[in-house]
Amino acid sequence: MEYVNLFIKSAFIENLALSFFLGMCTFLAVSKDVKTAWGLGWAVIIIQGITIPVNNLILNYLLKPGALAWTGSEELSHTDLMFLGLISYIGVIAAMVQILEMALDRFVPALYNALGIFLPLITVNCAILGGSLFMVERNYDFPQSVVFGFGSGFGWAVAILALAGIREKMKYSDVPAGLRGLGITFITVGLMAMAFMAFSGIQL
Amino acid sequence: MPPDSQATHSDHPEGLLQAIQKKRNTIAVTVVVAAVLCVVCSFFVSLAAVSLKEQQELNKELDRKANILRAAGLLRDGKNVSKLFDAYIKTKYVDLDTGEYVTFAEGTEYDQRAAAVDPNQSVVVPANPDYPALQRREKVSAVYFVYPDPDSDEFEAVVLPVYTKGLWSTMYGFLALEKDLRTVRGLGFYEHGETPGLGGEVDNPKWKQQWSGKLAYDKDGEIALQVLKGSVNPDSPNAVYQVDGLSGATITSRGVTNLLNYWLSDDGFGKFLEHLHLEGHKMAGTANGG
Amino acid sequence: MADKSKDILLEPLLKKNPIAGLVLGICSALAVTTNLQTTLTMCVAVIFVTACSNASVSFIRNFIPTNIRIIVQMTIIASLVIIVDQFLKAYAYDKSKELSVFVGLIITNCIVMGRAEGFAMSNRVWPSFLDGVGNGLGYSAVLLFVGFFRELFGNGSLFGYTLLTKTTDGGWYTANGLMLLPPSAFFLIGLFIWAVRSWDSSQVEES
Repeated sequence: MEYVNLFIKSAFIENLALSFFLGMCTFLAVSKDVKTAWGLGWAVIIIQGITIPVNNLILNYLLKPGALAWTGSEELSHTDLMFLGLISYIGVIAAMVQILEMALDRFVPALYNALGIFLPLITVNCAILGGSLFMVERNYDFPQSVVFGFGSGFGWAVAILALAGIREKMKYSDVPAGLRGLGITFITVGLMAMAFMAFSGIQL
Repeated sequence: MPPDSQATHSDHPEGLLQAIQKKRNTIAVTVVVAAVLCVVCSFFVSLAAVSLKEQQELNKELDRKANILRAAGLLRDGKNVSKLFDAYIKTKYVDLDTGEYVTFAEGTEYDQRAAAVDPNQSVVVPANPDYPALQRREKVSAVYFVYPDPDSDEFEAVVLPVYTKGLWSTMYGFLALEKDLRTVRGLGFYEHGETPGLGGEVDNPKWKQQWSGKLAYDKDGEIALQVLKGSVNPDSPNAVYQVDGLSGATITSRGVTNLLNYWLSDDGFGKFLEHLHLEGHKMAGTANGG
Repeated sequence: MADKSKDILLEPLLKKNPIAGLVLGICSALAVTTNLQTTLTMCVAVIFVTACSNASVSFIRNFIPTNIRIIVQMTIIASLVIIVDQFLKAYAYDKSKELSVFVGLIITNCIVMGRAEGFAMSNRVWPSFLDGVGNGLGYSAVLLFVGFFRELFGNGSLFGYTLLTKTTDGGWYTANGLMLLPPSAFFLIGLFIWAVRSWDSSQVEES
């Protein structure tokens, strides 16, 4: 039950895209149509579900003060490598993205072409790094970090699908010329974010 | 072309470099480039981390002292923080489970933050929705007594180091209680990583001002002080137990309420405060500086 | 060539603005714009990181194996960000406390990565450096624009100096709390884009 709660919390109440505004660049740029958004949503769920648990292991067995105790060396078990945190997390993320990029190129070339420059940009999707930083901050253990990874990825994917749906419908609206495209998208996201603020009252 | 020394340098035809460029997608070159890059980057990062560490620690220490003074309402512009601290503040250590004082051997330094994560020097924080989601807390905590007059043995206020979980970070701060041990003198955080402008508003002087004079416990001795969602109605009879919420920062505000619930309870400083209360406000002869 | 340098430096301000035109680097734009002082520190940090990472990536661009280019870029960027973070902690302690995690999130500021991948990988060091500074400035322009309105209307002040006395302090101005909440930044950026595109209609998107 604890894990179900955590999943719902990370997916809706603390939605990375619409409550914390992480991963906005890709969120706005790749939400023109539902099909691409669907693909990117999956990519984020997968990357998030893998990198957060992996970073959790790195944190607990390499970086934390006392984390190197398994080496048996007295000297090492007192080392505090937390200042290397950011660079290690981003390293893991970059490596996972690159692997995913190669895998997609090989097996799903259509999706690979559709995602274009935004696949490498998943690396700099703050949602991914933000997710890892949240995991560190909240002291999740390994199973929790797996649930949190998939939950937050799922939440982000839902948000981008919703935005893509709205934008597809918006093609039929008469938007002032200067506001067309990006401008109106920003305002739409602002409104969606206000709607999502309603979730923050839920206590689990 | 304007002089472009760096570019011409890298584009300058040199036998070895050109050979590397041609073969840059082979596994060997990939590994070598990655290795060289790691070494160079880690050199700069470690250099910065190590060489600036002293200055950073100094900043933190000064900031900590300044914040103890600020929570106690003693910080004034233009005064030397370290001197003020030495003049007015006396540090003692308390075993939180018993509420008794403990003393450390001369010359040993007690690192409270390290103790909080060391399994031998800490206890598990009970899981309670009204408590901060902390994992462990140290068994022994420092407390800071404010002596307005260095010759008197009567203290004016006591400053307790407290911490809680906000949205992004653990928030470390100080809670100052007047000598009746019920009225709050001030609450301030000296280290947190909350969103600037939202949760980060815990640093806003106007918000912090509200704490002064609020009552922590109601007349039955229950913890009553809390951060509201929204603003306090000044006409309400409960206004003395309430503080305005931070707009747009529900989780941070809740974290502050949880902080009060935990640290003022018997799981936190409750036993010590009770002990101090029974002892009276005099601590003749025991006030050794720290 | 001198003109070209100028173009590289100034075009990102309005014509090819990284936030308004290319949708890069929005996350931090929302978070650090509630008061102008924090915004300014963030801008300086971002300009420094973009310029230096662009220059370094361009410097070694011919040696970066294609397969690991993202990791290589990220490593350079992450190192620069950690250095900035350490410097802020040592010499501008109060500022670093205000920015907290958002200094770390510069790593994932897509402007830095986007320019490294999009410009520095195929250009010489000096133009890349200018491109970095220019994009940093373009980013700063939007941030300062958003920060100006959010601080003025949300808090009645600019750079911490009170201009409109709030009712809570006995003045006449009722602060607009919405301005301090993240959605307002979206509205402001949306309006900024509208303004820029009304001025330069070549940027208007086809419907």
